[in-house]
Amino acid sequence: MDERERLKSFEQTVLPHLDAAYNLARWLAGNDHDARDVAQEASLRAFRFFAGFRGDNARVWLLTIVRNTFYTWLRKNRPPETTIEIGDEALAVEDVSVNADVLNSRLADVRLVRQAIEELPVEFREIVILREMEGFSYKEIAELADVPIGTVMSRLARARKQLQQRLGAELKPGGQP
Amino acid sequence: MNCPQARPLIALYADGELDAARILELEQHLRDCPTCAAAWNNLRNLKKTVKQDALFFAAPTELRKQLKAELRSQVETGPRGILGIWNWLTTGTTAVAAVCLALLLIVTLNRPAAQEQLAQEVVSSHVRALMANHALDVASSDQHTVKPWFDGKLDFSPPVKDLAAKDFPLIGGRLDYLDGRAVAALVFQHRKHVINLFVWPVAGKDLSPATLMPIQGYNPVHWSEDGMTFWAVSDLNETELLEFAQDFRGN
Repeated sequence: MDERERLKSFEQTVLPHLDAAYNLARWLAGNDHDARDVAQEASLRAFRFFAGFRGDNARVWLLTIVRNTFYTWLRKNRPPETTIEIGDEALAVEDVSVNADVLNSRLADVRLVRQAIEELPVEFREIVILREMEGFSYKEIAELADVPIGTVMSRLARARKQLQQRLGAELKPGGQP
Repeated sequence: MNCPQARPLIALYADGELDAARILELEQHLRDCPTCAAAWNNLRNLKKTVKQDALFFAAPTELRKQLKAELRSQVETGPRGILGIWNWLTTGTTAVAAVCLALLLIVTLNRPAAQEQLAQEVVSSHVRALMANHALDVASSDQHTVKPWFDGKLDFSPPVKDLAAKDFPLIGGRLDYLDGRAVAALVFQHRKHVINLFVWPVAGKDLSPATLMPIQGYNPVHWSEDGMTFWAVSDLNETELLEFAQDFRGN
């Protein structure tokens, strides 16, 4: 394909997902400056590999590259974030011990919610973003993050539990709604 | 359905990952059990909250502009010359770049169409074998079992090695069809990842060092020596697959 044709096709297929790319980069990197670098580099990489893209989901494909670019960047630029070893815990971790009214009022406070997501370990954070903001299926997330589906489910469950606990932290345990 | 059965399904239900039969059972349970219903409500509220627009960071307009300008200038100046390779190397990971250099890896951004098509075929074959659950015709970690198995099935004898000592144990082999002929597929494992190594004879010069041919999120590695051509493909990252190639070649 002619280079110009290739760019045109890339602009039509992949660039519409730049918002999603930046959003993921922004949540992973934690600030605008680094997120721009990651999103831009990932998009340029995507363009270089675009000839090899035959899939049907350009957003999943682009976000896979964003994620890889982020971790490469992370290794070069920052000491490792604490990573969490996850075993095959049971998935029954929805938290009902928080008071629904208080939780709801906290959930209404965007700033608190943003902070709670930011405080999640990066492996949890990415899965929350991909599941809730992008609506990706467990299978898509598993492929994107190169982990088994069971790991996606257990990380998601633990991330949610952690969010519920942080947002309902002042509550007495056992307080039923 | 009781609570211990219902509880792990609530998240699947909320995420649209639960099958129809269990949806009905779970919905019934949620009508009957206030505790599980509360868990479901809490989760639904949490999901709605995280999904709200206010938490989504849209790409800044300048980023979009810069990117388009950069892409356009790459296309106009031609990204595939020396500059293109240099860009690739500098933007790739330091680790990968180091390994690439160590292996004297050539990234053929300008690979010929035939090679690209073959890379595509190799990846499809790999994916198909995994999807159809047909990775192995002969399951054995013993190279002295796998190698003779190919006798009489192919018009050549592929080199077979077990690389268990390098953490790439041989798990078996099968016949496959690539490039218009029957080929040997040797199957290796690395942690939970499967590596297919396709081997068949070719006329022509050796292609060394091993060459990376990224396609569809896969990184097939290709080399030729002693009249045989080799394609290794896996969902492993490129660094590990290059290590595999290096170990197989006995470097």
